[in-house]
Amino acid sequence: MGNPRTLFDKIWDNHLIETQDDGTSLIFIDRHMVHEVTSPQAFEGLRMSGRKVRHPELTLAVADHNVPTSDRSNGIVITNEESRIQVEALEKNVAEFGVPYFAMDDLRQGVVHIVGPEQGFTLPGATIVCGDSHTATHGAFGSLAFGIGTSEVEHVLATQTLLQKKSKNMEVRVEGALPDGVTAKDLVLAIIGKIGTAGGTGSVIEFTGQAIMDLSMEGRMTVCNMAIEGGARAGLIAVDDKTIDYVRGRPMAPKGAAFEAAEKYWRTLTSDEGAVYDTTIIIKADELVPFVTWGTSPEDALPITAKVPSPSDARDAGKAGAIERALAYMGLEAGTPLNEIEVTRVFIGSCTNGRIEDLRAAAAVAKGRKVAEGMNAMVVPGSGLVKEIAEEEGLDKIFTEAGFDWREAGCSMCLAMNDDRLAPGERCASTSNRNFEGRQGRDSRTHLVSPAMAAAAAITGKLTDVRELLKEGN
Amino acid sequence: MEKFTTLTGIAAPMPLINIDTDMIIPKLFLKTIKRSGLGANLFDEMRFNQDGTEKPDFILNKEPYRKAQIIIAGDNFGCGSSREHAPWAIADFGIRCIISTSFADIFHNNCFKNGILPIRLPKEDVDKLMDDASRGANATITIDLENQEIKGPDGGCIKFDVDPFRKHCLLEGLDDVGLTLQKEDKIQSFEDQYAQSMPWMARS
Ligand code: SF4
Repeated sequence: MGNPRTLFDKIWDNHLIETQDDGTSLIFIDRHMVHEVTSPQAFEGLRMSGRKVRHPELTLAVADHNVPTSDRSNGIVITNEESRIQVEALEKNVAEFGVPYFAMDDLRQGVVHIVGPEQGFTLPGATIVCGDSHTATHGAFGSLAFGIGTSEVEHVLATQTLLQKKSKNMEVRVEGALPDGVTAKDLVLAIIGKIGTAGGTGSVIEFTGQAIMDLSMEGRMTVCNMAIEGGARAGLIAVDDKTIDYVRGRPMAPKGAAFEAAEKYWRTLTSDEGAVYDTTIIIKADELVPFVTWGTSPEDALPITAKVPSPSDARDAGKAGAIERALAYMGLEAGTPLNEIEVTRVFIGSCTNGRIEDLRAAAAVAKGRKVAEGMNAMVVPGSGLVKEIAEEEGLDKIFTEAGFDWREAGCSMCLAMNDDRLAPGERCASTSNRNFEGRQGRDSRTHLVSPAMAAAAAITGKLTDVRELLKEGN
Repeated sequence: MEKFTTLTGIAAPMPLINIDTDMIIPKLFLKTIKRSGLGANLFDEMRFNQDGTEKPDFILNKEPYRKAQIIIAGDNFGCGSSREHAPWAIADFGIRCIISTSFADIFHNNCFKNGILPIRLPKEDVDKLMDDASRGANATITIDLENQEIKGPDGGCIKFDVDPFRKHCLLEGLDDVGLTLQKEDKIQSFEDQYAQSMPWMARS
């Protein structure tokens, strides 16, 4: 059966329609997700050239970036005109082209990367694209998932294919087991801290090793979601029982005999013994502690037990300059212990950490406690269904009793395109994925953390090693 | 995409170097949901005052250049951000060809995706055309893509180079989507085979 292949090789080969002499390949796309920000010009392009969507049924649209997360019981009103027009354009486009769509008032609405897996739209072994870089999330299912540009969105809508050059194979092997209180988010921050934001450039990263396979599907999605922050085209994790169990019974997943046939194939979706990666990085899980970012790049990640770095710690002049700029932007002084940095805002949500397990982890810390004086802490479920489950479990009560603001589903303060944003200079512990300058509002200051760490920061009013609160008990 | 075969039109001389995509379409206009309509804001800050009135000195505000279909420009046209809004705005205004000594890479690629022909020429040829263009309506220029020739008002002829594949796409009006659609047979046979081997991937 030829050479041993990686998981990425297998999925690639299985979708290859043709390869030109210069290596440009035409690949088939199984699933295409669409949101309101990056799709309008793509639909307009179809309209202008009189083309149709080739496979509307393989496409799924949802509005998430611009939707308000305030109470929806009296209807949904988008006050910003440009935001409203983008959502209305999506609604018009999906109607005209016959694309399945979850409207804003549909219980299934939510962040596109939460909705896909939840509905079983995301399947193992599939090629999945969306005009959004965090499409990498779906790689947790052993699928090849990556973000594309607007011209490519149009290309996929019209042809159900994409022109691509094959990426390299990179392995990030996480050996050993994660200690208590250390989560998937801490792990992925540690990985990005180690490889840097360009560490995965030109590659698809397969995450392997015991600590990865020990993660739940939610945790695996958190890790793959941030593969893009490590510069990779996509993140990928092999299929196992957890993958299959997660997919089984989802509304859009195959049923009955079809599922059984699929399962047989899905179980082959692992890298072969002896498959060769272009690069391999090894991380020891046992040594990890909770991680936070201090600066304005996801690679500015450090253990919560560390101190804010100084430009003199930098490996080169370029990085020293970046540290200096980040310190000034973040309003921090070198040498400050990370667990002394005070925050007044907390955001729990996003496609990185807006799933039910994330809310459970945050609620476990919040339970029976109260948020710090002057704290504004938001919890934004990743989808209407996540919100519903959380409410069935009483998590909303735990949060509201502790003084958190319990909100409706959407991207929210992950990128502050709706009304949820930080004021200039405000400092936030956030479970999202990007701490860039201005990401959560003009001059906003973001510290990336896990959901449990975010809840801990809400309680104490500063970045806190959640293991201390867990030790105390509730 | 609209085919590009032969174009006869007025050429606007823009002797500036380093005309960047921010000048072509300022970031203010990126929130649009359309790729059409941007022509109204092409070169917005150079073309209009704060109050929206025209700056009379700007070339595209003068007759006959309001109807220009060609731009003759200084070095390094289209540098700066990669926004595809820049070629969208140019095409929407009605300009189909830009002639310069050099272009920024991404912009150069983006032109072909949007039915615009960017032509690189040696400096003396660009100078000559710049001169022709400044003679206004009496100076229409003809671009013959098939024969790769530019014909000036006084009958002079300049040859130009173009990547054969790009040329083919422009002549046939093929964008990437159009090209891929030409492979319909291959896509269809892939889909047939795939429906057999992975039936569960289909959705009804
Ligand atoms: S939650 Fe944030 S990262 Fe995820 S899709 Fe929305 S804006 Fe992008």
